[in-house]
Amino acid sequence: MWSNLPLFPPRASSMAGHVDALYFFLVAVAAFFTVLISALILFFAIRYRKERHPHAVQIHGSTALELLWTGIPLGIVMIIFVWSSVIFFMQTRPPKGAMEIYCVGKQWMWKFEHTGGQREINELHLPAGRDVRMIMTSQDVIHDFFVPAFRIKADVLPGRYTSTWFHPTVPGRYHLFCSQYCGTNHSQMVGTVVVMDPVDYERWAAGGVDGSLASAGEKSFQQYGCSMCHRADMAGRAPNLVGLFGKPVLLDDGRTVTADESYVRESILNPGVKIVSGFKNIMPTFQGQLTEEEVIGLVAYVKALGNGTANLPLPVSNPDSGNYPVAPKAEPSAAKSDQGAPAAEPATKSTPVNPPAQP
Amino acid sequence: METASHSTEAKTNYLNADYSVKSWLLTTDHKRIAILYLISITGFFFLGGLFAMLIRLELLTPAGDLVLSDNYNKLFTMHGIVMIFLFLIPSIPSVFGNFLVPMMIGAKDLAFPKLNLASWYIYMLGACFILYAILTGGIDTGWTFYTPYSSTYSNSNVVAAAVGVFIVGFSSIFTGLNFIVTIHRMRAPGLTWRRLPLFIWAHYATSVIMVLGTPVLAITIVLVALERIFHFGIFDARLGGDPLLFQHLFWFYSHPAVYIMILPSMGVITEVIACFSRKRIFGYDFIAMSSIAIAVLGFLVWAHHMFVAGISIYAGLIFSMLSFFVAIPSAVKVFNWTATLYKGSITFETPMLYAFAFIGLFTVGGLTGLFLAAVGLDLHVHDTYFVVAHFHYIMVGGAVTGFMCALHFWWPKMTGKMYPEGFAKLSALLVFAGFNLTFFPQFLLGYMGMPRRYHNYPPEFQVLNVMSTAGASILAVGFLLPMIYFVWSLQYGKDAGPNPYKAAGLEWMTASPPTTFNFEETPVVTWEAYNYGEIDALGKEVEVGG
Repeated sequence: MWSNLPLFPPRASSMAGHVDALYFFLVAVAAFFTVLISALILFFAIRYRKERHPHAVQIHGSTALELLWTGIPLGIVMIIFVWSSVIFFMQTRPPKGAMEIYCVGKQWMWKFEHTGGQREINELHLPAGRDVRMIMTSQDVIHDFFVPAFRIKADVLPGRYTSTWFHPTVPGRYHLFCSQYCGTNHSQMVGTVVVMDPVDYERWAAGGVDGSLASAGEKSFQQYGCSMCHRADMAGRAPNLVGLFGKPVLLDDGRTVTADESYVRESILNPGVKIVSGFKNIMPTFQGQLTEEEVIGLVAYVKALGNGTANLPLPVSNPDSGNYPVAPKAEPSAAKSDQGAPAAEPATKSTPVNPPAQP
Repeated sequence: METASHSTEAKTNYLNADYSVKSWLLTTDHKRIAILYLISITGFFFLGGLFAMLIRLELLTPAGDLVLSDNYNKLFTMHGIVMIFLFLIPSIPSVFGNFLVPMMIGAKDLAFPKLNLASWYIYMLGACFILYAILTGGIDTGWTFYTPYSSTYSNSNVVAAAVGVFIVGFSSIFTGLNFIVTIHRMRAPGLTWRRLPLFIWAHYATSVIMVLGTPVLAITIVLVALERIFHFGIFDARLGGDPLLFQHLFWFYSHPAVYIMILPSMGVITEVIACFSRKRIFGYDFIAMSSIAIAVLGFLVWAHHMFVAGISIYAGLIFSMLSFFVAIPSAVKVFNWTATLYKGSITFETPMLYAFAFIGLFTVGGLTGLFLAAVGLDLHVHDTYFVVAHFHYIMVGGAVTGFMCALHFWWPKMTGKMYPEGFAKLSALLVFAGFNLTFFPQFLLGYMGMPRRYHNYPPEFQVLNVMSTAGASILAVGFLLPMIYFVWSLQYGKDAGPNPYKAAGLEWMTASPPTTFNFEETPVVTWEAYNYGEIDALGKEVEVGG
């Protein structure tokens, strides 16, 4: 309805309705109090102007009134707090099984990499009706990924991954803005998010791809000699990466961390920070030697090793292939949010999006 | 300094006691230092305003066609740095606080007069560094100096500007320290805490923030400079640093700094509302305590500037909740001011018009703050023009309107002359209308998704930007007009007399302009603040007891 009004951005994600509803409630609250205060001031100013009311009546105050106008606003803001927090939880917790897109911001462009291997600059093609999770990092300063039509925004930082997610609903072309000031051409660091009908998207995704992101990562894995130590047998001097992703990892200082994208990234670039229990701090740092794209490839590869959609490159005789199906426990729940994209699987051969998509 | 001659006590005042340049530059009289500050910050206000006009002209069209992108980035950076560090933060405390804190509590001067003069010199020294940075190429980091852009990537004069901001901070600390000690130690006999004008309470709360918050900014700025010069690796992720650390440190000061800017204005409005309603202020204790509550809570909400920056979900929730709490004491003030009007005997002199404008604009600014505290909604409007509109409603609609209110209200006391009422009312109207036309469209732009700090923008945003620029030109006239008639009034204005508004408060019980030592004899206070009932019942001004 209000998406036709020029004063609002298009509503093109599942979140837009929730955010707009809260916005309208807040507009109503703000309008009510602004009108209330203005009307009271005007009324008092006219009713009690000196000509009409020459002698002021001295009133010291009223504790009952003070409690009233402390308590009522407090109640209202707590309603807003709870409401907005519920939306915030939705915005910050990506559903399981969302398709993943890697994003690198740099002065002054956006680079996107799909897990199928498609690469884009300043354009991001997405299928309508799928959950999409962005895994983002910056090559230089802080940027911010902002799509008004999705009502979503997240800073993109150097040296770490941040993420956000959305569920595009309406095919169309939407603004992508960098909304964290990043230098000279900040206002030209804009792009277009192209939400496509799932069928069109499959057609688009099938064109011009030479290997998935994970396969690019696999090449780097060999090229940089990772495969020498990270072996599937116990002879390796480094932890086995098969089945690792998403699992808890026990560190030598007794802490346990989850092997997520940020952990894998840090372990590549800054391996000494978190040492896996039982291993030595012998891995060299790759800080400054890998591009962000190479790191993303490696992360995608480790992820693929984790859910069994890729193998280690060395002729290791796969003794522990029995370990591969470690991921399935996450998968059934993932399938249910996926039904909007029936044709998702066949096109992108090695998408780590879950095989049992259609029960 | 000089001993006021008794024979000419009606004529000799702090302005004409000595005309030499040296007597101004080496003065320790809090009133003269206030005038030095007034002249300095007015200059910087118009400099910052000039940058603002250039920004608005550039944004008249979607294409970046007036200046280059780099220059546009420098314009909004310098607008922010000049307006915040050289105008808004010193504005009311350094001018009206300096002038009025001793007078309102019946003291001859601040507790540390030389420190007070030093604070002006430190301010000017810092301002020189900032001016140097501007004149030798400018700064393009945004006034927020976010790392790693400021520490590693920017090719502009970051270090010079940072040194300037660092130095200016100390003038703020000295002023705050001076006020705290003065308010504790130098109140006139009988002037208990609960008899203090609420202007004093507001300045007390402000001073606490200045003294506790500003050192954190100083440390942060030093770290940025060290990182830039010596590549320390505090904020640079490639060296193991954390760019978010800067944001935590910066906003730990810079959010409370918002209250440094707005609390003194609230104090001004309280005085003016009471005077022109001829009433005791409604809910004195609640207004006083709400100032303290704002000062305390203001230190606990900094991360609401970082909801999209990559902080944890739970940090987001906690800071969202605390940000909602800080809205409550501000709301309490607004309700109390409004209630003060009830059964008053209201007149509409210029300061009162500014006070009405303040309440309205501050209410809108405060309520739109709720949109930004609502973390789920902030994810959409953060870093857009919605934020720009919101903080201009607070800082221009609130702080600058409060400053204009104070300037009109106490101008007769400071100079002994009245401003021309008709022109003053016209300018108040222009400021109010121009302000709303400038900044209200920016709320709409923000929700549509126009990011801040954009040199060019998609064409669908143009209509609202044109409205905003039109409003800015009205606003500019509204601010230039007072500049003219205030200067005019120095020569041609009517003599004000000691108390042209029949206002309560010790500052009105002495000559206008006051003598160097403010009071002939130290007053003894036996009445509550805002005793308008007694003043009007007597039908004459209450004279200082002797």
